[in-house]
Amino acid sequence: MLVLDRVGKTYPNGVHALEGISFSVAPGEIVAIVGGSGCGKSTLLRLVSGLDHPTQGAVILDEERVTAPHEKIGIVFQEPRLLPWLTVAGNVGFGLADRPKAEREARVADALDRVGLADKAKVWPRELSGGQAQRVAIARALVPRPEVLLLDEPFSALDAFTRIDLQDHLLSLWADLKPTLVIVTHDVEEAIVLADRIIVMRPRPGRVFAEIEADLARPRDRQSAAFDSVKRRVLAALDRSLDRSVVTDDGETQATAGAALWW
Amino acid sequence: MSVVPMTATAEQSAQSATTREPRLRRLNGLARPALGLILPVGVAVLWELAVRFGLSDGRLVPPPSVIFETFAELARTGELQRHASTTLARVAAGFGFGVAAGTVLGAITGYSSLASRLLDPTLQALRAIPSIAWVPLFILWLGIFEESKVALIAVGVFFPVYLGVMGAIHSVDRKLVEVGRVFRLSDAAMVRRILLPAVLPSYVIALRSGLGLGWMFVVAAEFMGASEGLGFLLVDGQQLGKPAQIVAAIVAFAIIGKTTDWIIAAIAAPFLRWEDVVRRD
Ligand SMILES: Nc1ncnc2c1ncn2[C@@H]1O[C@H](COP(=O)(O)OP(=O)(O)OP(=O)(O)O)[C@@H](O)[C@H]1O
Ligand SMILES: [Mg+2]
Repeated sequence: MLVLDRVGKTYPNGVHALEGISFSVAPGEIVAIVGGSGCGKSTLLRLVSGLDHPTQGAVILDEERVTAPHEKIGIVFQEPRLLPWLTVAGNVGFGLADRPKAEREARVADALDRVGLADKAKVWPRELSGGQAQRVAIARALVPRPEVLLLDEPFSALDAFTRIDLQDHLLSLWADLKPTLVIVTHDVEEAIVLADRIIVMRPRPGRVFAEIEADLARPRDRQSAAFDSVKRRVLAALDRSLDRSVVTDDGETQATAGAALWW
Repeated sequence: MSVVPMTATAEQSAQSATTREPRLRRLNGLARPALGLILPVGVAVLWELAVRFGLSDGRLVPPPSVIFETFAELARTGELQRHASTTLARVAAGFGFGVAAGTVLGAITGYSSLASRLLDPTLQALRAIPSIAWVPLFILWLGIFEESKVALIAVGVFFPVYLGVMGAIHSVDRKLVEVGRVFRLSDAAMVRRILLPAVLPSYVIALRSGLGLGWMFVVAAEFMGASEGLGFLLVDGQQLGKPAQIVAAIVAFAIIGKTTDWIIAAIAAPFLRWEDVVRRD
């Protein structure tokens, strides 16, 4: 169980990025986080991953406070971040350096098989397409069998077709291994295709604005009326959070910069 | 590592780019390096002929055949090998010290911003001094024998290596370092598995430019008084009026210098295959 308890983050430069973020994610659940640009989604994932520290509150995984990168937590960044000097197999096995060679090779082969890239094991990262590279990054994060996998806009650099393929891929990986997934995305449909629950955030300071259950049968049909109704609710929440001027909790009126509309 | 694959690529892409005149293109690909040879070879042949036909006595500018004979003669008597190995030993020692110091200081200043603020200004100031200016001081401190020569070469090698290592560490992608952190690498593993491979390409370039400067400075060092070495052959040839010996020594410098550079490149090549692939794309 992943729990965020009143998590806040103020950067050293004074930017108040997050405030009072509390929610929990059950094992095997898929949660999507959506929100305008700059509302602190990446910051939030970095806090959960242990790469950064909250300035208030705590991130707790299985009753244990997360203060540094944790073996039960994997992360996939917006860019594949493959190490260019390792082959695809070397990259996928990066987190298994301390395991015996035979075990490592077997798990790497298995992971590459799962993402459909078994034939690319010996290839250099530079020789992969963007979608293939992102699949390798997902395989690398999954190989140590994390309990929680965090994904920060993992498909946003890809074209619409590849993105839909990779969403299906991610879901089939999830069906096999059942990790907890926390996925940040700008794409409302992606959020609804993937997630059991959609957390809508609101900026300055970043906080949870709405939690919307997407209680739909899988695989999800983008055309269905139920899908559409969830989509409407998410969009409505986003619209309100993207109003030109929003009334904050303490009644103060704040003008949101035009940049906040770029999500 | 660089020249051959690159020309091959240029040729291939030129071929695939135009299907209309592939043969002309290929001719161009092969002819381009040959074109560059026309001038020097032509001048050499003309000069050779001019001396043969008595148009010049070739005393100050010896014809190619005389240079070749001198070279062969020096090699046969073992003189060439003796001088060359002396010079090589000096370069090796100077290169070793220069690389060691440059790598260590470059790594420290690259890694720690405190060390960088502490050391870098001084080192940059020292770098602004033309290295030959150290010669009198080195001779006073270290005498006129090997030590002062090695010191001068080491100074020459130091700066490109220092700057290369520091710059390479500064420019290591923070995002890749984060990948290391996600997988909870220890400090030592972080250095070995992320930082070292990331800086290796720039390090090899730094080593090669350091070596180039090493060869430059060994000549300066041997000019300042030596009884052995290729630089001595140069000075000796000048004092005794033997231009062929000078040119033969220059040729020897060129051959050995290029060979040592090639050795570094060849040793590094297997570790940089991932990068080579990029260039070939
Ligand atoms: N390292 C940092 N130092 C200081 N401020 C930062 C840092 N990283 C992010 N911020 C600030 O924190 C706020 C939230 O940034 P964050 O990257 O988390 O937004 P985001 O929701 O991921 O945006 P996007 O959708 O554009 O990726 C922004 O105002 C940003 O300027
Ligand atoms: Mg972000």
